[in-house]
Amino acid sequence: MTVVDNTLIIIALLPFIGALVPGIMIRAGRNASAFFTAVPTALALTMLLLHAPAVLSGEVITAEIEWLPQLGLTAAFFLDGLGLMFAAMILGVGLLITLYARFYLSGDDPMGQFYTYLLLFQGAMLGIVLSDNILLLLIFWELTSLSSFLLIGYWKHLPEGRQGARMALAVTGAGGLAMIGGMLILGNIVGSYNLSDILASGEAIRASEWYLPALILILLGAFTKSAQFPFHFWLPHAMAAPTPVSAYLHSATMVKAGVFLMARMWPALAGTDAWFYIVTGVGLITMILGALIALFKDDLKALLAYSTVSHLGLLTMLLGFGTPIAAVAAVFHILNHLTFKAALFMTAGIIDHEAHTRDIKRLGGLRKLMPVTFIIGTFAALSMAGIPLFNGFLSKEMMLEEAAHTDWAGNPYAVPILATIGALLSVAYSFRFIVHVFFGPVRDNYPSKPHDPPFGMWAAPALLVLAVVLIGLMPHLAEPVVRAAAGAVTGGVLPEFHLKIWHGVTPALYMSGVAVLGGAILLTLHAPLDRLWLRTPRPEAKVIFDRLMAAAVGLSRRITEITHDGSMSRYLAIFVAATTVMGYVAWSGSGLPLPSRELLPIPPLVFVGWICILLATVSVALMHRQRFRALVVIGVIGLTISVGFVYLSAPDLALTQISVETVTIMLLLLALHFLPKTTPIESSVPRRIRDGVIALAAGGGVAALSYTFLLRDMPSISEYHLANSYKGGGGTNVVNVILVDFRGYDTYGEIIVLGIAGLIIFALMEALLNGPAARKLRNADYSQDRSRDRHPLMMVIATRVMMPVAIMVGVYIFLRGHNQPGGGFVAGLVISIALLMQYMASGFAWTLRRQQIEYHSMIGSGVVIAGLTGAGAWLGGKPFLTSGFDYFHIPPIEEFELATAMLFDLGVFLAVLGAVMLMLYSLSRIARYAGETVNIEPMDYDPSKQVVMDEKEK
Amino acid sequence: MITAALIFAFACFGIGALFCLWRIILGPDSADRVLALDTMVINMIGTLVLYGIWQGTAVYFEASMLIAMVGFVSTVAYCRFILRGDIIE
Repeated sequence: MTVVDNTLIIIALLPFIGALVPGIMIRAGRNASAFFTAVPTALALTMLLLHAPAVLSGEVITAEIEWLPQLGLTAAFFLDGLGLMFAAMILGVGLLITLYARFYLSGDDPMGQFYTYLLLFQGAMLGIVLSDNILLLLIFWELTSLSSFLLIGYWKHLPEGRQGARMALAVTGAGGLAMIGGMLILGNIVGSYNLSDILASGEAIRASEWYLPALILILLGAFTKSAQFPFHFWLPHAMAAPTPVSAYLHSATMVKAGVFLMARMWPALAGTDAWFYIVTGVGLITMILGALIALFKDDLKALLAYSTVSHLGLLTMLLGFGTPIAAVAAVFHILNHLTFKAALFMTAGIIDHEAHTRDIKRLGGLRKLMPVTFIIGTFAALSMAGIPLFNGFLSKEMMLEEAAHTDWAGNPYAVPILATIGALLSVAYSFRFIVHVFFGPVRDNYPSKPHDPPFGMWAAPALLVLAVVLIGLMPHLAEPVVRAAAGAVTGGVLPEFHLKIWHGVTPALYMSGVAVLGGAILLTLHAPLDRLWLRTPRPEAKVIFDRLMAAAVGLSRRITEITHDGSMSRYLAIFVAATTVMGYVAWSGSGLPLPSRELLPIPPLVFVGWICILLATVSVALMHRQRFRALVVIGVIGLTISVGFVYLSAPDLALTQISVETVTIMLLLLALHFLPKTTPIESSVPRRIRDGVIALAAGGGVAALSYTFLLRDMPSISEYHLANSYKGGGGTNVVNVILVDFRGYDTYGEIIVLGIAGLIIFALMEALLNGPAARKLRNADYSQDRSRDRHPLMMVIATRVMMPVAIMVGVYIFLRGHNQPGGGFVAGLVISIALLMQYMASGFAWTLRRQQIEYHSMIGSGVVIAGLTGAGAWLGGKPFLTSGFDYFHIPPIEEFELATAMLFDLGVFLAVLGAVMLMLYSLSRIARYAGETVNIEPMDYDPSKQVVMDEKEK
Repeated sequence: MITAALIFAFACFGIGALFCLWRIILGPDSADRVLALDTMVINMIGTLVLYGIWQGTAVYFEASMLIAMVGFVSTVAYCRFILRGDIIE
């Protein structure tokens, strides 16, 4: 039965929204920060538990928002038994961790940051367990990798913390990448990315030929996340994190995400041989290996880390069995492992916090010094060992019982024996945790005198241990949750089962007995075994990982250095050559239609223009080492091209071309003043020949392409534009309507890019002038005064007179732009040229003092005006940048048209003006730094100064 | 009559532009080049206006006006570069 309830979305979003708060509330103190972390968690937990009765009775709650329906990505959430159990674990333990961390973190640690990261992580985890869309699940999956990176590396000053965080991110991130592939295959097989659909079509998935690749890719994701062999090595290194993080990530959340995924995908993927052998095999190896290493770890947290690895292996193995009752055992053990492992991590944290060491060899005898911690730690460890009357016993019995019935390739003994060995080792390290830490004589050389922590610190683990004992004594309390969750895992009817302590004399009981006895014996032999262990050479995962990473980094660096050596000419050579070759291939393969147009006659004047362009272009190539000369000749090209545009009926382009040309030349002249006036020869002759060949081939190719196209009639988009320009855009100037309406989005993007370019030039110049180059500039002599007259009288007067005229031309071009040649872009350039005239004639300082508006804000307001105009269309219920227009009549002016496109054009105008002026302004600032003086008054030519300077020269 | 005058004027401006190009490319001095470019701009403006008369339309007039305004500015910039080095002091 499915119920739609949108509060589910709120539950999923609460931690993310809440994450904003603790970072701010830390200003009100650590308690306030912790409190505001607990509020969203508690709220989400409460809302979740309100759904619990319905879910436990078998209902599934869903909620859905369309996100990117084209990609099959919807923000769909659903809550079933499994989701409920996990969500409650995540939020419940999250609350306890919040409390614990409040007391654990010291005053030096930025607590606001910690809680923000914690909530982000919690939100990501919650998203995973509630997602009903595998693409959404993937997003949350990646979010857990990212946010756990922040949490593990929280102590930024510790190199181990940073390295551990990086390792965790690399391993889980790589697994996540594999999983994306697997999920996409899965979605492809089923034809839907909705989890509910996928879970319902398990038959089809298992029958598909793509089943195995999908399975392996998804399992890679799950195994890396859940630290399964051979990816288990990142988990112990993540222990460099603060203990609250370890307790949270490695008992309830992060590492359980992989197990959760396997459980979630169980109906779709489980039940095949491939599943059984891969999952069970990996789980078994991980369980034994983890337990074995844990036994010989002296660091309390490392011991717990490997024990976690081992228990995750156990869970994986159970899920691998593929039987419903094994799934029940797995779900139950997830719950039990959470309670005792979180408590144990917190206990380890308390011991570390109080005794200032976590080294087992330096501890012992804490039973008398820390009685409360002793009780909590011992109960939790006994549960971990699987001792009766604690909850760990119950699920471990179920595991052994299942293992006893499992054949491995026809061999009935392999799995039970290996499972018993795993359990035995687990008992050994659990006992070691109790005996070597709490028992034995009280020492007098602890780094710090240990005593029980304040109540706030042991409250959280105590609550967890209470759950350990309660479930251990009265397992039927947990039964509804386990039944609902396991039902969700198997996706169907469960066999009859009851959680109880006494199952009678079963094989599992014998195995359990062997494990406990063997474990105790192993512990007594620990000292000699430890010496043996330390002598045995073992592969060190971190060294291998570091070497692999170094090799990968080296390889990518080599590839990058070959393809990205920073040489612009090389990039261009490769790019142009490749384009030419591709163009040639396309050309030779296509059956071109015959030319359908006649060649036009060449008027003599056009021929002159053609000669001008041709000769000028060739001479630029020949004389480009004389930079100033090349600049003058470039002027010819620009001029001829604009005239050509006029001749070819494109007056808009002509106006734009000539303005851009002028501004560009001024920019280049400004820069050239501080650059060498000639270009040295740096490339060898063969290289220049090679570049010449490429350039000629590309140029010839483009010419041939244009020639071919011009001789043939092509269907073109122009007809559409001509037909719709007035109807849709309200303007008769098609070019302008294209800019502000048809391609308004492009224009909007372009003015933003132009603005960014202007700001970057400003920023670069700022950095340059405040950097080491500034000193060099100050001492260099760039002055070149063939004329002493800085601001000739005639020029000042002429530009002053021209200023209003030029501005008027700009306004005129702007206003009529919609219907006649012109528009905001050209107008912006014209006005900026008018302003530049003032700069040139009257000087920088004089002009700057009269400038009221900053160019930065001009760019910004231009972009904002254009954006708001575009968004204004929404008010009319139209898409972004739909333009509207109407006619107005205000006497005594003639009737005129107003279009929203004009407002957009105003934005373009402002952005262009601001960006161009900011660029020129930034470049001309260099001179101020080069020690050149500025005038205060215009026309500051003073003949008396010349006398003084002449004397100085003598 | 007007046709003949236009053809004559076109020929003059065309040859003038080519001569300017000659100076721009060969120099010998920077000042020669800048001056020649400025003259070329004037030639082009003239040609545009003539073309407008030929076609009987005023559309080209604005383009020639703008080129006149802007061509002047680039000439100033080139000259300032030669004389003072820094074009915005």
